[in-house]
Amino acid sequence: MTAPLVDISSISHRFGQHTVLKDVSLQIEPGSYTILLGPSGSGKTTLLSILGGFVTPSEGKVFIRGEDCTSVPPAKRPTTTVFQDYALFPHMSVGSNVGFGLRMQGVDGATRAAKARDALALVGLAAAFDKKPHQLSGGQRQRVALARALVIEPAVLLLDEPLGALDLKLRRQMQDELKAIQKRVGTAFIHVTHDQEEAMALADHCVVMNDGRIEDEGPPERVYHRPATRFSATFMGESTILAGTVTETKDRTSTVATPVGPVSLPGALPVGAAVVLAIRPEHLVLGEARGGVRLGTAGVSDVVFQGSFKRVLAVSVEDPSLHFIARLPATATVRPGDTVAVSCDTDQIILLTD
Amino acid sequence: MRKVVRIASWLYALAVYAFIFLPVVVLVLFSLQATSFPIPPFTGPSLRWYDAVLSDTRLTSALVNSLLVASISSLAAVTLGFLCAWGFARFVLPGSGLLRGLITLPLTVSYLIIGMGLLVLFNWAGVPKSLLAAGIGHVVINLPLCFAIIYSQMGNHQINIERAARDLGAPEWKVLLLITVPVMAPAIFAGFFLSMTFSWDEFVISFLLTRFGTTLPVEIWNLLRSGLNPKTNAVGSLVFAVSIVLVVLFELTLLRRRKA
Repeated sequence: MTAPLVDISSISHRFGQHTVLKDVSLQIEPGSYTILLGPSGSGKTTLLSILGGFVTPSEGKVFIRGEDCTSVPPAKRPTTTVFQDYALFPHMSVGSNVGFGLRMQGVDGATRAAKARDALALVGLAAAFDKKPHQLSGGQRQRVALARALVIEPAVLLLDEPLGALDLKLRRQMQDELKAIQKRVGTAFIHVTHDQEEAMALADHCVVMNDGRIEDEGPPERVYHRPATRFSATFMGESTILAGTVTETKDRTSTVATPVGPVSLPGALPVGAAVVLAIRPEHLVLGEARGGVRLGTAGVSDVVFQGSFKRVLAVSVEDPSLHFIARLPATATVRPGDTVAVSCDTDQIILLTD
Repeated sequence: MRKVVRIASWLYALAVYAFIFLPVVVLVLFSLQATSFPIPPFTGPSLRWYDAVLSDTRLTSALVNSLLVASISSLAAVTLGFLCAWGFARFVLPGSGLLRGLITLPLTVSYLIIGMGLLVLFNWAGVPKSLLAAGIGHVVINLPLCFAIIYSQMGNHQINIERAARDLGAPEWKVLLLITVPVMAPAIFAGFFLSMTFSWDEFVISFLLTRFGTTLPVEIWNLLRSGLNPKTNAVGSLVFAVSIVLVVLFELTLLRRRKA
């Protein structure tokens, strides 16, 4: 077990009366791609600013490569940031932009130019060396900002919603490239986004944040399939949420009473405990009850065709406050107004701690 | 009816422009007079009075003085104004609004009052009447102007650019010199040229604060005391020409800024 590259230890931060980070601890491994995922106001950008040195936390410490960097200014810490608006220097050529960090380190002109060219080649923009930033498209500026931040070989690269300003197609394309570039340079990337698809596509380590706290963290597959909290079950992908009370525990199986009938779960839970269950849309079965667990019947309220699948919203007949979200094959024949039986498999039910 | 309105509006426009520009036109026209009095009939064109101006060492040295005072005081005003603007734009200061108001206040105070105040102050401090004193006076009137122009152009979008430079290892003075100043260059030049224009034309403060070596407007006033002649017209036309050049430079730098 090597020491973590970045160790964020019990960070809290307040802006005036408003607490934006509440006792956050996080460790980043060398060479990993970490995504901070959360809605706006969740504190993810503040956490990134603290890592970059632009904000000094009210409490707690930040260690990078084992050194206390909590109040080290941005210029002196081994991090660089790719800003959301790219923040290229408009009066300098692309080559000078990329070479700026090396120039500040006192690297001579020829070496600087060579390294800047290499960095631009890495992001696929070798031809832009002599251009001015305003001559480039949004996606190209993004790459220049990336090259400029990478060329000084930081220990950690921080990306603040780097794909936020790009259109969807370009965003997916840049997403793949970011991942490829990260693998090639081997630098740890920490990337802030509110786009859960981006998070799943890029992250080795996904950190779900809400209201100044870390709700859940881990590999994206784990966070998706076994979310720890109700928030991460609904923010990282969608879920049908079912509340219930444990009525019986026998042979390592618990029975939970829910508005749509009893549900059996593996594991011994204390009788009488209130629990929250989540089911991912692709695990709900509508129509004939093939699944092991019956979840009553529901009236289909909306069917949205999404190309490769249909997203179906249905309201439980037994409990009208319960909304099912299901994902059916594009060939499914359900229509709004249909009444269907709902079921799922026992092992697809996620027990949330919240 | 419509035609009448059109003609009337044209006539009105013509009258307004004549009202504004006729004095200057007359000044320039009679600077080209061939005879000794700047009154009709026009006897020119002739450049003899320009020749007289340029061979008058008092006028030419006043011209050089004016240029020196204008350029050095403008340089000082624009530098100080830029630093003020940067400070107000980038740092949270207590009473920022009030302080900004105070810094631009001299724009509303008459030059006479500022000149008198400086006269009293310099007397008390033992600073002799000189071009330096007049130059300091010009910094007092132009610093608020430079501050206002530069501050208005210093938007939040440059904050991240400066942060990026810091993030890449630039110490604060390099951020200012290599990033902020070049990015703000149009506003800085605009402030500089407008200061030059005002300093170049300024009479009251220069009159109060200089004695032997003085600026061109004061020298022209001296000349006028012995009555009008085409030579005063010629030197006035020269002053006007320089002002035009400076204003055009100001407009160009500001326009370029808008396009970018």
